[in-house]
Amino acid sequence: MKKKTERPPASGGKMRRIGEIIYRERYLWLIALPGILWYAIFTYGPMYGLVIAFEQYSPARGILGGPWVGFQWFLQFFNSQFCWQLIRNTLLLSIYSLIFSFPAPILLAILLNEVKCGWFKKAAQTISYLPHFISTVIVVGMVVNFLAVDGPVNALIQMSGAEPVNFMAKPEWFRTIYIASGIWQGIGWNSIIYLAAISGIDSQLYEAATVDGASRLRQIWSVTIPGILPTITILLIMNVGNILSVGYEKIILMYNSATYETADVINTYVYRRGIGIGDFSFGAAVGMFQSVVNLIVILAANTVSRKVSETSLW
Amino acid sequence: MAKRKPFQRMTPGDVVFTAFTYLFVCFIVLITLYPFIFIISASISDSGAVARAEVWLWPKGVNFNAYSRVLEDPKLWTSYANTIFIVIVGTIVNLFMTTSLAYVLARRKFSARRVLMMLITFTMFFSGGMVPTFLLVKNIGLLNSRWALIIPAAISTYNLIVTRTFFEGIPDSLHEAATIDGANELQIMARVFLPLSKPILATMTLFYAVGHWNSYFNAMLYLSREELYPLQIYLRNILIEYEMSEMMTDVIQDRDEVSQTIRYATIMVSTLPILCIYPFVQKYFVKGVMIGAVKG
Repeated sequence: MKKKTERPPASGGKMRRIGEIIYRERYLWLIALPGILWYAIFTYGPMYGLVIAFEQYSPARGILGGPWVGFQWFLQFFNSQFCWQLIRNTLLLSIYSLIFSFPAPILLAILLNEVKCGWFKKAAQTISYLPHFISTVIVVGMVVNFLAVDGPVNALIQMSGAEPVNFMAKPEWFRTIYIASGIWQGIGWNSIIYLAAISGIDSQLYEAATVDGASRLRQIWSVTIPGILPTITILLIMNVGNILSVGYEKIILMYNSATYETADVINTYVYRRGIGIGDFSFGAAVGMFQSVVNLIVILAANTVSRKVSETSLW
Repeated sequence: MAKRKPFQRMTPGDVVFTAFTYLFVCFIVLITLYPFIFIISASISDSGAVARAEVWLWPKGVNFNAYSRVLEDPKLWTSYANTIFIVIVGTIVNLFMTTSLAYVLARRKFSARRVLMMLITFTMFFSGGMVPTFLLVKNIGLLNSRWALIIPAAISTYNLIVTRTFFEGIPDSLHEAATIDGANELQIMARVFLPLSKPILATMTLFYAVGHWNSYFNAMLYLSREELYPLQIYLRNILIEYEMSEMMTDVIQDRDEVSQTIRYATIMVSTLPILCIYPFVQKYFVKGVMIGAVKG
């Protein structure tokens, strides 16, 4: 902190100018210092920590102390029997959520906008946002209890004369449960951003469409959807960019060894191997693979989008 | 929302469409509410009736036994206290860190603004990941400390950018006027900008507080001492791992029967604070999303 407030030494043209600028802005630097330090330590620190992915890390030797092993951990992962199952599970969950969870709030926003009854619309919005504020633990807790063998869903199934299903232990049910509960959690909250975009559409466009005799469905297709397309595109890029990081916090609560076959994703595996067993280097390598792929995908998606639709993140 | 003339004529197609709209919205509302209604009813019903699946909408054999068992568990209160500590202290740290950095990043003439913004935005798209973060927290000695849930989560980049966007909307002329009056940046921030920023501060407080209240993962990573567990870990153990304190089920025989109502009561006890304040603060959350939406 002292460095920022002292007058810089009068040596060298460029250094001196930088010093002068910093001195002039010393209060701003002072205000920003905690935040800058935090970013340096807690976001760039772990990035630096990724070097352990290329060595045989042991806590005793420290981050730079382990013997260098190059890409050994990456190769070990790609050659392991789990690798393709993990990548497949991760991609499938991402793709299903792009197909089902992503459009759901758009649909809700468009339909809410067509609701003309003020109090009903407001009440519907307030209620639909609510699940967003319920913790993942509670949501999964509800799911687990509702779908338990002695839970209400199985009671219904038994009433209809069928055999009860142990949903949480059946790999074939995992994806459906994950996606459906995800829609329940997010449909209302995620619709806010689209409602905001819809409210930004010039109402003259609707009037003109009405004069032209467009039905309401037609107005949605020709006015509302084009109006919110940039918002949809941006959110789509963000979602595609997270293609390899599905909601592992929720999966860790939902899965068990009986459902690994469909439920185990890259991040849950990193958690079990890297933290659970303590294979720090291996876990860091698998995590790094995922982060790098995510970064490449988001860069690619952004470039494609900029070319095709002239909408992009930056 | 875009307004349309109320007297516009409805074609048969429009009537069908309107009906579908209302049906769909009603469906979403019911689907959202039903689990809560069921849990409330089941939690105050006779545990036998719940086990025999006789409770669907209204409670049967109303009693509060499940609640008294849940509330008797000392672990619930320890975890509740831990969570309240983390929510309060954590949110204060969040607000301090976020507003100070956001203020600086909103100063258009700040020389490092672009570089810092780039470095910060980059962290949204790339990170060191779980293992290096865990090792960092371990190496700086935060394992098994409540601060492990506060310091590593001190800033959310999304919230930082939303706050910065809000600050940027405050006219520069105010800043210039204060500078001419001889105020330095610290004074301008504290006396000019923060008083004008109550809406965003309210929104950020709520975003961060709910985030702390609901988060479980960091606690699972960093805490192994039971007396430090926050509410969400306690809930995970009861709701998902089906752990029950001895106090809750003293008679082994009726363990299964009682356990369902106890779990529902546990959900209610831990969700009630949020359900109670939610209707009153909901608009601040929405505002936060709206401000964020401007910048995408």
